[in-house]
Formats: sequence, structure tokens, C-alpha cells
Amino acid sequence: MTNTQARNTKVMNRFDLTQRLVTKLKDEAVIGGIGNTNFDLWAAGHRPENFYMLGSMGLAFPIALGVALAQPKRRVFALEGDGSLLMQLGCLATIATLAPKNLTMVVMDNGIYQITGSQPTPAAGHTDLIAVAVASGLANSSWAADEDDFERLIEQSMSATVPTLIGVRIDDKPGTGTTRRDPVQIRERFMHGMGVRQPL
Amino acid sequence: MHARAETAASWPDEIFSILQRFEVRQVPYVPDAGHSQLIERVLGSSTMRGIALTTEEEGVALLAGAWAGGQRGVLLMQSSGVGNCINMLSLVQIFRLPFLTLVTMRGEWGEFNPWQVPMGSNTQGILELSGVKVLRASHPEEVREVVEAGASQAYNACTPTAVLLSQRLIGAKVFTK
Repeated sequence: MTNTQARNTKVMNRFDLTQRLVTKLKDEAVIGGIGNTNFDLWAAGHRPENFYMLGSMGLAFPIALGVALAQPKRRVFALEGDGSLLMQLGCLATIATLAPKNLTMVVMDNGIYQITGSQPTPAAGHTDLIAVAVASGLANSSWAADEDDFERLIEQSMSATVPTLIGVRIDDKPGTGTTRRDPVQIRERFMHGMGVRQPL
Repeated sequence: MHARAETAASWPDEIFSILQRFEVRQVPYVPDAGHSQLIERVLGSSTMRGIALTTEEEGVALLAGAWAGGQRGVLLMQSSGVGNCINMLSLVQIFRLPFLTLVTMRGEWGEFNPWQVPMGSNTQGILELSGVKVLRASHPEEVREVVEAGASQAYNACTPTAVLLSQRLIGAKVFTK
């Protein structure tokens, strides 16, 4: 959305926002979407409650939905890129129907497929993903105007009675870290973090 | 108008009982006529959550999250939906999930619609290439045994499993117009 006119949303940085989120967390689950989104989650500090996606583009929100339904008392955050969400817009309707109040979704929108060479997405400059979310039935969806507003929206979501979706415009910087690519280790650690599995 | 030759089958209720016994909690589905009776039972259940999806691959991801969060699930879909899931079945393999899906078959046994045939013919092969073991039930009296075996190997042995409910079992759609 970088070329859209009349936007009052500040262009922020993914790693900075991710750090601001992680600083606020205790035992909340975080599902990091494919690519830079989970690289920055990884770089913001390893937590057993983090689940890192290294493939299967577009499914961070549906995974987070499964966790949110399985653990209704735990807050679940899902971080997803704009390109990934575009692959699975339908999941917004699914989530709106089930309406888990313990789910907070964050869309990191830079309007590009940064990791493959910064090609613009088909939506860049045309499609307002927050408007799509609202129209899908996720009424509690809004753009964060700046970093302070992002933090305010995150905190507000912690006691929301409906699912929350927060859009953030971000710059074109790549991810900061490199997630360790061992899916079974990631999943086992996450299940320990969720308290549903004990180490042998 | 399309209509199935309807009979009051007992096998969907048998499947429901098996899912109850295995403590399945999340049941994502893209509707199919062959699953309609089971979906009704799930939606009326106090222990299971029926979850209507916009596309089947959402369900693969949802089950990954469900299990990582401590709940068992099963994905209900039609054979055409298997094609939609291919990339997402990577999740099942790499995360070693106890994946179970019940697939109602089209494109075989008296199919009237040519569009259903390519995907129906390739359903089993695609699942197997994606690392999913395939069982099949073609007659009402074998459904209970086959679904029980599928659920057991999926949940107990962590073996990704699809049970194909054949069109012979469900009854081929009748083309009435």
C-alpha cells in the first residue's frame, strides 16, 4: 500500500513492531507466518509459545484459529504478511463466523513479496485489507496509525469480546533473524509451551 | 436438479460414534452431500465443534493448530477438495501431525459429471504422494471397521490417514434434468 494516496498511517518496521508485541507477552501463543514475519518473530526472542511457519504460505491465521479454539482461555496472536493473507482471504470469513474473542491477528502490509525480490503484490495500491476484513465480518479491524497506536490496539485486543485484526503498514526491510528449520522441534516446543505435552 | 438416491443410512451415525470415542473436538468441513448426515450430527453435538471452511486447505492448517493446542480434529471433504490441499499437506508431514480426513468420493462408480472424473481418479494417488495413507470403504457394513482403523492409526500411530468413502457406498448422484 506504499503508493496509496491520502493514507494517514505511518510506514513502520516489522522487527520493531514485533519486538513491541513480544515485550508485552507472558504466556500468550504467537503464530508467525511464512518468511520475514516469522524471521522477525524469531529474532525478537525465542519463546516456547511461538509457532514458526516455514512453508504452506497463507495459513498462519487458520493455524491460529485451531489453537484459539483448542485453548479458549489463552490469548493467541497471529502475524501474517499481506501477500500471504491474499492467498487465503476466505479464512477471514471463517474466523468471523466462529468469532473467537481470544484471537488477535496482525497483518504486516508492505505491498510487496519482499523475500522473492520485492515484486509488488496484485493488491498493492488497490486493495485495502482492513476494509476486506471488515467486510468479511471482522468488525474489530483497524489500521494502526503509528507505533503507539499499534501498542494501544494490541493491549485493547487482550480484553476484546470479539476477534481483533490490526493492519500495519511496514517498510521494505528484510527479516532480521533466521528461524531454525526443524519443524518437529518447533512443534514439540510449542506444545510444551501450550501445556499439552510433557518432555520425555 | 441433482438428487442422491436417498436411504436412511446408519453408517454416518457409526462414524459419529467413532469420532466421539476418539475424543475428536474440531471438525472442519467443506460440505458434501455424502457428508451431510454426519455434519448434522457434528453441529448438534456438545463436544464437537463443526467448522465451515471456505476452502479445504484451511482445514489442514486448522487441524495443525488444534493438535498443537491439544485437541484432536478430523477434516471432512469431497474428493475434489483433496486437490486444494496438496501444498498444505506438507504441514502434516513435516510437523508429524496425527492427521485424519474422511473423503466422500466423486468421479467414480456411475458418475454423471465429467468434471468430477479427473480429480476423483487421482484422489488416492495424490494423497499417497503427499504422504497420507489411504483406506477405503465401499459397502455400508465395512464403514465402521475402516473408519475405526483409520482413526486408530492416525491418532495412536501418528500416521496421516485418509478414509475414502466411495461413491458406491454413498450412491451416485442421479441426474434428473
